[in-house]
Amino acid sequence: MSAFIQYTLQGLATGGFYALAALGLAVIFGVMGVVNFSHGAMYMLGAVGSAVLLDVADIPFWGALVIVPILLFLFGVLVERLLVRWLLKLDPLYNFLLTFGLTLLIVDLVKRKYGVSGLPYELPAGLEGRVTVGGLSLSSYQLFAAFFSVALCVAVWLLLTKTRIGMIVRASTEDAERTRALGINVGRWVTPVFGFGIALAGVAGVLAAPFRAITADMGSNFIIILFAVVVIGGLGSILGAVIAGFLVGLVEAYGQAYAPSYAQVLIFVLMAAVVLVRPAGLFGREEAS
Amino acid sequence: MRNTKMISLAAMVASSGLVLTACGSAGGGPSSDGGKISDDKIVLAVLNDQSGVYKDLSGPNSVEAVKMAVEDWKAAHKDDAVSKNIEVVTADHQNKPDIANTKAQELYDRQKADIILDVPTSSAALAVATQAKAKKKVYINIGAGTTALTGAQCNKYTFHWAYDTYMLAKGTGGTLTKDGGKKWNVVYPDYAFGQDMTKSFEGQITTAGGAIGQKVPTPFPNDNFATYITKAAADKPDVIGTMHAGGDLINFVKQYNQAGISDQIKLAVGLMFITDIHSLGAEQFKGVTFTEAWYWNFDEQNRKWADKFQERTKTRPSFAHAANYSAAYNYLEAVQEAGSDKGDDVVAKLEGKKINDFFLRNGEVRAADHRVIHDAYLAEVKPAAEVKEEWDYEKIVATIPAADAFKPVAESGCSM
Repeated sequence: MSAFIQYTLQGLATGGFYALAALGLAVIFGVMGVVNFSHGAMYMLGAVGSAVLLDVADIPFWGALVIVPILLFLFGVLVERLLVRWLLKLDPLYNFLLTFGLTLLIVDLVKRKYGVSGLPYELPAGLEGRVTVGGLSLSSYQLFAAFFSVALCVAVWLLLTKTRIGMIVRASTEDAERTRALGINVGRWVTPVFGFGIALAGVAGVLAAPFRAITADMGSNFIIILFAVVVIGGLGSILGAVIAGFLVGLVEAYGQAYAPSYAQVLIFVLMAAVVLVRPAGLFGREEAS
Repeated sequence: MRNTKMISLAAMVASSGLVLTACGSAGGGPSSDGGKISDDKIVLAVLNDQSGVYKDLSGPNSVEAVKMAVEDWKAAHKDDAVSKNIEVVTADHQNKPDIANTKAQELYDRQKADIILDVPTSSAALAVATQAKAKKKVYINIGAGTTALTGAQCNKYTFHWAYDTYMLAKGTGGTLTKDGGKKWNVVYPDYAFGQDMTKSFEGQITTAGGAIGQKVPTPFPNDNFATYITKAAADKPDVIGTMHAGGDLINFVKQYNQAGISDQIKLAVGLMFITDIHSLGAEQFKGVTFTEAWYWNFDEQNRKWADKFQERTKTRPSFAHAANYSAAYNYLEAVQEAGSDKGDDVVAKLEGKKINDFFLRNGEVRAADHRVIHDAYLAEVKPAAEVKEEWDYEKIVATIPAADAFKPVAESGCSM
C-alpha cells in the first residue's frame, strides 16, 4: 500500500509539472484559437536558457526562474507581431503549420550551437535532499516543482477569472465583435496573451532543467504528451489543462510502476477513451469542436 | 471536427518531417572487371546519426575521423597506393532501421560505396548487415552494440570493430558482481539494444555468482524515470544497472541522483560515452563504473591521436571516433594487400589479421565470426574536483585482456 501511495505522490508531482507546461498551450488556444506547436521548442528554450545563463553569466536557478520567462515573453511578443498575427484570420491550420516550422527552425539552431548531447545543470542550492514522512519520501526538488506549478496555475486561473484584464481577455475569446463594440481594443490583448503563454512554457523549461536532460530535442517528445493533456482537458480550457495534467501524471506513474512497457501508451489510451465519451475533452465546450 | 483534424494533421506533419531526408547523388560508371579497383575509386561511406541523439558521440566527427584515416593512409603509401582516388561519403540514417536499409542500398548501389562504416542503433546495424550480405560488400560496424552481428545474424561481409553488449556486460556486470554487488536490478529501454544488453548482463552477473531481481523495461525514448527508479530501488538491491544511452541516460542519472538512493545503491551504466559525461558534468556521474573500448587520455599514443583529432574538430574523441579511424585505415590496408576493392578479396585479407594500432591493442580480426577482439578497459568517473583538464573525466581502473573481453568463438553461434 505504501508503494502505491509513493507512486501516487510521484504521479502528482509530475502532474503538476505537466499542468503548468500545458497551461500556456491552453491559454493561447483559448484566447487566440492558435494551436501552438512551438510550445515544446519554447519549453526547450526555457531549459537551454537556464543552462546558458548559468554557464555564461553564473546566474543560478532562482535567477533563471525570473529572467528566462521574461525573455521568452519578449520572444513570444516578437513571434506574434512578426508572424502569428498575419495568419489569425485564416484557417487555424496555417498557424499550426507556422508554429511547426518555427519549431524545426529553433530546434535546429539550438543543435547547431549546442550539439545534441545536452548541457550540464545542477540542482538548485537548498533543494538537493529529500523530504521523508513515514515510509514515504519525495525529492525536495520534485516537491518544490509540484507546489510551484500548482501555485502558478492557481494564480493564472485567478488572473483570468477575477481581474479586469482577465475579463477582457475572456470576453475577447467569447465574442470578439461584441467586446469590440464595447470600446475594447481586442487586438491589443492578443499579443501579450501569446507572450504570456510562451513565458509559461519557459517557466516549465526552467523547472525541467535540474531533472531532465537539457537537449535540443527535449521538447519534441514532450509536446506530444502536452497535446494529449490539452485534448483530455478540452482544448483551450484552463481548468481542463490543469486537471488533465494531474491525470496524465498519475496514469504515467501507475503505468511505470505496474505496466512499465506501456507507461506512455496508457496516456494515449486515456486520451482516446476521453475523446470517445466527450469529444471536446473533459472541460471543453462543445462549440469549440 | 476541428480539434481532431488538427491533432491528426499534427501527427501527419510530424511524421512526414522525419522522413524528409536528402537523397544521395547518382553517378559512377559501370564497374570495371579484373579484380582491380572498381569505378577507379575507393568509396568509404559513413552511415550514422547526423542530427539525433548519437550525433555527438559519433555523427559528423566520425566522418572527420574517417577522412583523417584516408589522409594518413595516403601519406603513408604515397606512390605505391593501390588507388589515389579515395572518396568519403556519408548519409544520415536517423537511427531508424527502415531508413538505414534504404540508405545502405543507395550507398552501395548508387554512390558506389565499397564499405559502410559505423551505423549506431542495433536495429539499423542489423538492417545494414543484411544489405552488405546481399550486395557482397564490406560493412564494419562500430556504433551498434548487438552481439547478433557476429552471432546468429553474422555474415561473411560484416565485421564488428569496437565494442558489443557482451564486452560491456563482462567488464561492468562481471567485475561489479565479483566485487560484492550480488543483487542487481536492471532498468532498460525496450528495444533491440536494451534487451540484448540485459540478456548479456544477466549472463555475466549469474556467472560471477550474482542475480538480477527485477528487469524493468521502459519506453524509448523517455524522459521521466522517477517511478521506474523508485520501483527498481524498492527491494534494496546492491546495484541498479541502467542500459540507457544518450539523452535517456542523462535523464536517468539526473533523476537517480534526485532519488536520494545513490549512497546505498551503486549505479552501473551499461554503455557510456565520454560525451555523456561531458554533457552532464563529472560530478553527477562520479564513482559510476562502466566499460570503455578506448580512452583518449590512456597513454601517450592515444593522446597524440586525440590531439590531432581535436585540432580538426575542437573536441576530444569518443571511442567511436577512434574506432572509425582505425577501421577505415585497416580497411584501406586490406584493399592495398588485396590489390582490389572487391568485397570477397578484402574480406579474405581482413580475416585472421592481427592488428596493433592506437585503437586496437592486441587486436585480432577473428576469422570465424568477424568479431574484432582487443583490450578493453574498466573505467570510473572522477569526481569534479579531480578533473584537472577538460574532457579528462575517466580513471582507467583495469585493463581487460583481449582474449577475456569478448565472447569466445565457441559461444558466438555464428555460422557463415
